[in-house]
This record gives sequence, structure tokens and C-alpha cells, in this order.
Amino acid sequence: MLATPQTIDIMRHRYGANCAGSFQPLAFGDRLAIGDVTVSLHPAGHILGSAQVLMEYGGRRAVVTGDYKTHPDSTAQTFELVPCDLFVTEATFGLPVFQHPDPMLEINRLLASVAAQPERCHVIGAYALGKAQRVIKLIREAGHDAPIYLHGAQEKLCGYYMDQGIDLGDLRKALDREKDSFRGHIVIAPPSALRDRWSRRLPDPVVCQASGWMTIKQRAKQSGVELPLVISDHADWNELTTTIAATGAETVWVTHGREDALVHWCRQRGLAAEPLYLQGREEDLSE
Amino acid sequence: MTERMTGGMKDFAALLETLVLTPSRNAKIAAMAAYFRATPDPDRGIALAAITRDLSLANLKAGALRQLTMERVDPDLFLMSYDYVGDMAETISLIWPAPDEDADGELPGLAAFVSDIETLPKSALAGHVAALLDLASPAERWAMIKLATGGLRVGVSARLAKTALAAYSGRDLAEIEKIWHGLEIPYTGLFAWLDGTGPRPEIRHGQTFHPMMLSNPVDEERDFDRLSPDDYQAEWKWDGIRVQLVIDGDRARLFSRTGDDISAAFPDLVEALGGRAVLDGELLVGHDFDPMNFNHLQQRLNRKTPAKSHIRDYPAFVRVYDMLFDGEEDIRDLPLVDRRRRLEAWMATHAGTRLDLSEILAFNDWDELAALRRMGAETHGHEGLMIKQLQSLYVAGRPKGPWFKWKRDPRLIDTVMMYAQRGHGRRSSFYSDYTFGIWRGNEIVPVGKAYSGFTDGELRDLDKWVRGNTVNRFGPVREVEKDLVVELAFDSAHESPRHKSGIALRFPRVSRIRWDKPASEADTIETVRKLIG
Repeated sequence: MLATPQTIDIMRHRYGANCAGSFQPLAFGDRLAIGDVTVSLHPAGHILGSAQVLMEYGGRRAVVTGDYKTHPDSTAQTFELVPCDLFVTEATFGLPVFQHPDPMLEINRLLASVAAQPERCHVIGAYALGKAQRVIKLIREAGHDAPIYLHGAQEKLCGYYMDQGIDLGDLRKALDREKDSFRGHIVIAPPSALRDRWSRRLPDPVVCQASGWMTIKQRAKQSGVELPLVISDHADWNELTTTIAATGAETVWVTHGREDALVHWCRQRGLAAEPLYLQGREEDLSE
Repeated sequence: MTERMTGGMKDFAALLETLVLTPSRNAKIAAMAAYFRATPDPDRGIALAAITRDLSLANLKAGALRQLTMERVDPDLFLMSYDYVGDMAETISLIWPAPDEDADGELPGLAAFVSDIETLPKSALAGHVAALLDLASPAERWAMIKLATGGLRVGVSARLAKTALAAYSGRDLAEIEKIWHGLEIPYTGLFAWLDGTGPRPEIRHGQTFHPMMLSNPVDEERDFDRLSPDDYQAEWKWDGIRVQLVIDGDRARLFSRTGDDISAAFPDLVEALGGRAVLDGELLVGHDFDPMNFNHLQQRLNRKTPAKSHIRDYPAFVRVYDMLFDGEEDIRDLPLVDRRRRLEAWMATHAGTRLDLSEILAFNDWDELAALRRMGAETHGHEGLMIKQLQSLYVAGRPKGPWFKWKRDPRLIDTVMMYAQRGHGRRSSFYSDYTFGIWRGNEIVPVGKAYSGFTDGELRDLDKWVRGNTVNRFGPVREVEKDLVVELAFDSAHESPRHKSGIALRFPRVSRIRWDKPASEADTIETVRKLIG
């Protein structure tokens, strides 16, 4: 398994020390020859350690992005634009209705709601890897330094991010606490726990969810979300199209999401574009 | 909240978002009450009309907005987005290109927004609206589009909005209901009365629609044990349209259940009426008070002005069953038995050729009534029965207890799912709208569409089945393997040249999903034809 050192650490945390046969770390920017192909990893900006893969062969360059975003995030390395001939891009939010707002505006809405309803608790559904840490960091950057309570599933990776020098402030376990002690506070839990028995320990919670899907009001309503926060770790439509254009690629393969619209956009601009359908990817509200 | 808001689009958009997303009825009421308290006239009245869906601007239609958007956004991308989002207003509000940083200006208040759109010449309208959309946030765009095009769906009924008015003012909800239909947007007089700064608005009863009293379905298991047959009267339930007749001398108006004036489609009826009264009854077509098939009534209803041949072949009449006003006298607070006596007396002099009194059926106990219901369905094709408490007052809305409808048992057929389409609104990510078919020889032909009758859990299963069994895609529609049998329930079947099967079903809904049944055992066109009539 070839990956950045942080990705290897995260995989071991999540899936166990021996989850892959063997690991080969490759630092960002280091070049590795595999046969006639030279491989290097470049920041994807999605989460801590996430990488795009550049493959060079005979003077041609192909980049596979994996999940990425280009807007700033102090919990992940900043996305690096890698010029290439073939660009394989994700398309999770590959429709022009997805235009993510400045995440700090969303955090301000959250904090205003917390201040306005001190008798309730705000529980934010956030994916345990990346999203949870990003949301916490944004809350800290907005000047909110009260303790934030974590569902058990969030603890390990928050600890790892802290070890990597990302200060997430005063984090506490949500386990075994008096119900009333959550009032006026923020709790972070995986989205699946929001509608599970776990959430019964919370006093009249305002259910929040941090996700790019929250753009669509009916989607938010459908998932029982009272305060949607449009905070995403994936590129929105503008980032996708800007990045495709900036790579200079003449061929674009689109995968992971709404391929049709992005392929259409590419072809309108004279790029050779194809959808790359992968099995096993259905819409996931936690993204 | 002590500060008065500005009546701006931002506050209204925030209110709508709260209403859409908050699951709690009380929180919705509180949010509306706070908004009415903080927002000045006439803006709050415009907001109220939008929420009760009484506001509709003639000048700006959804099609024009769509056109305007397609001029700025690639039409293919727009349509793909609409298919995904499922709501036109939300699609436009999200896809509208973000304005330049230096876009300058201020959005108008609600009332100014509405009056600009209604008074601007058509030629200037598109530019005006585009400029507003440029200035707005996505939430404000959505609010403006919904204001302009109507059809606001934020999980608030007109009734709940009036409940919020009652909560906001401390006035009685029933008092608000009584005058509601005589009021005009932006309800300045109503708000003055609610605020205690003006008198109760005067309504001319003889000229306005009054909200109807509705019934609840009988729960056969539970209701009959606790109800005494002596306290109730029974009538046939007719397969027509519930209407209210407001007769004011030589001027009569006909309103649908929702308060729409449908007089223009039935001049033969309204011109034949006289006297002074507000009556409740069933609109039917037929000669000599013998009702014809509902399809003929439907044909007349769909036309703004009826063809002469329709008036001749399908004359309209009303089978009257209740009276709200006797002359100028409001008798809604009298018990049904007394209202009925007044109605009979009034009909004796005013019935004429187009009004017919609904017959009261004699019965001694519920079993006898059940037999009557069965006989009526089998030999006369009746829809079922209405059962009304003799002492019931005429109360607007759907109070639990006084009135029941006891429909005939639905007809059931086994069909095969053919196509599925994504739903809208809350169900926009689910394939929830289905087309079903039956066998005609060796092929399956469509017989009807159904969107309801299943639980949320069954919807998830159906959605999953559709995704896993798609054989073809036509835009938003998926064609599926002809493998899944679904039992459809419906009220009646009619001839229909517009359907490939030649049959149209009334009110089809999913009754059971037959995961167990092979498609070959679904019903045939021959068996379904026998249910026509």
C-alpha cells in the first residue's frame, strides 16, 4: 500500500495496524519509479494527508485526484494544482446547484443558534474522519472555546489530529454525563448516531449536519436535520470546473458522483471527457 | 425579539427555512407568531397570504423564470440539476450565477416586491427580476420565486397559519376562521383587530365562501362500538364534487371545497337559482337528478366556459345536504337536525329544477347500515355512506367525531410495476411515483399511476428495488423489469381513450406489495374491464 505517512497512520488507527499487507510511505512531492512510470503524491486538500496521484510516462502526465477540495482548510494540506494531460476527477458535487458558501458563515449561523437557544443542545452530525476535526477547528477559529463533547467514535481520530499539531481545544467525552450538562453545548457525533438511541441522552437537541448535501433543503428535511450546515470536504461545482480548466488536461475522466453534468461541461469546452463508472459508490449523506 | 424587523426578504426567507426544517408544530406556530409580531403591515399580510397559498401573481409564472434562468445557465445542466433537486424554485435559487462582488442595491420588502411585479410592463419584468435575483442570497431567491409563483410548501397548512394568528393575538381560532374567507390581502383590517387597534372586520356573509366542515373515515373496528345509532343520520355518499352554494337573490356563486369560485363552468346551474341562503351539497351532472358518471362532471369542470353540447348532455345539479345561512341568519351554531328542518323548509319554496334534497336513510343499528352500504355499492354503484351526528354544529375544518364517511370497500387488482420516477419535495431522492400495468394478451399495458399507500419503510424497499432492476432510463423516468406485482386499490374504473389500456382508475393507491407473486399472475385487461362503472 503506497500512501502518504499520515494516510498510513489514519488507516492503522481505523482498521488496525495490519490492515494492509505492507505499507510504503511516500512523502508529498517525492518521486518513485515503478517500472517506466514515475509516481508522486500531491496534496488533495480533502483531509489530513489526502493525496492526488501523478503518474508520468514517456513525457505524458496523468493525475488521479481521489476526493479533493481547493478552498482553504487548516486541518488539511492545501490542494496543489498539478498540470497534466489526463485528469481523473471526482464529481461528488458535480452539478451547478452545488456552490458551497464560505464555511465561516455556516459556523456563525451555528453559533448564533447556540446562543439563541441555551436550553437546548446542538448535536452536529459529522463524519468521524476529517469532517469532525474540520468543524471543530472552524468553531475554534470563530472564537468559541467552550468544551465540545464527542461521541466515542470521534475520539481516536481527533486525538490523532491533535498529535499532528492541529489544536482542537477542549474536547470531552459525551459518555456518562448528566443530560442537563449538555444544555447550551455542542456535541459532535457520526450522522448515523443522530437518529439512533445514542442521541436520547441529549436534552431536546437541535440536529445539525455538516455536509455539502445540506445545500438542498428537502434533503436536509428528509434526514431530519433542523440546522443544515453546508460544510464540505469535496470540491463544489465551481472548484471542479476551475480545477479542470487549470490543469490544462485535454482528456478528463469523471467519477464518483454526478458524472453526466461534468462530462457535459467538459465536452462543451472541447475536452475529451468520459464518465468512469465505479461499482459500489452510492450517494452517502455523510460526505 | 423587541426590535421590529423591516419586512424584508431576508426575514421572510429565514422564516420559511425555519418552517421547512423544524419538525415541531409548536415551534412552527411560535416562529410565525414571532414573525407577525415583528413585521409591519403590509408585508406581514403578504407573507401570510403566501403561507396560506392565497397569493398568486398573474404577471410572473414559473415558465418565465425557467426561461430567464436558461438564458444564463447551460440548459442541459439546468435540466440535470432540476431532475436532481426536484423543485423548480430551489433549482433556480441554487443555480443562479452568484452576483459580482460589487452588485449594489437593496432588496424590496414583500409588499413592494409584489406590487412592482404586478405593475411593471411585461417588457421590463425579466430584467427587473434578474436584477433582484442577482442581489439575493439563495434563500432569498427561493423566497422571492415562491412569492411570485405561489404554491409554497413549507409544511404549514392554512389552518396552522391561522392557529399562529390565534396564538399571536389571543383571539379564538374559530372566530378567525369565520371571517377568513371574506378578507382581502394584505389583511390590514384583520391584523388591526388581532392587535386590538381596530374592530372585527365586517364580512358580507351572503357573498363569501365559508370554510366547510369535513368528515373523517370510519374506523370500523373501533368507532361503531362506541357510537349509538340513534344519535346519527345516514345519507348516500355521492361521487361528485363537494360544493358550497352562496345564493344572494338573483346572484349565485358556486365554490369548491377549497374556496375556488367555479361558477363560470356551470352557468346552467347558477342562473337557475334564487332566494337567499348558503348551502352545502354535492355537485353532480345528469338528467332528472339521476347522476351520471364522474368523468362527465370532470369534463365540465375542466372548462372555463362550457360548450353548449355539454350543458345539454350533462346538465349540472346539486344534491343539497346542509345549510349554513338561512337568509342572512347564520345557523352554523344550530344542531344538524334543526339545520336540516330549515333546509327542508327553504327547499320547499326554492328547490327549482337544479336542487335536490339528499335523502336520509332509515336504519336501526350499524349492521343494518352495513347491509345498506353493501347493497348501495353493488346495485347502484354508490360510493358509500355519510354518517352525521344529529346534534353536530357546523364547524369549519375536520373535527374528530361528528361526521364520518364510510366508503365502499375499494376494488383491488394485481398489477405489474412498469416505470418509476423520482418524487418531489420530501421524497425527491426516492423513486416514489410509479406506473403500473396489466396484461393484454402477451404484453403489459399501463393502467394507472400511484404515489401513495405505502409506508416509509416500503418506500425505501421499492426505491431500492427500482434502482436494482432498472432496464432503461428516459430522463428522470426509469423503466424496470416487469417482475414486481403490486396490488392496487382504487375507488372506481372508467373508460378512457387516453390510456393505452382504455381504462382509467380513480384514486389508485398501493394496497400491498406482492413480493411473493410472479408477474404472470397479475390481472388481465378482461378482468379489470368488468370493474368499469
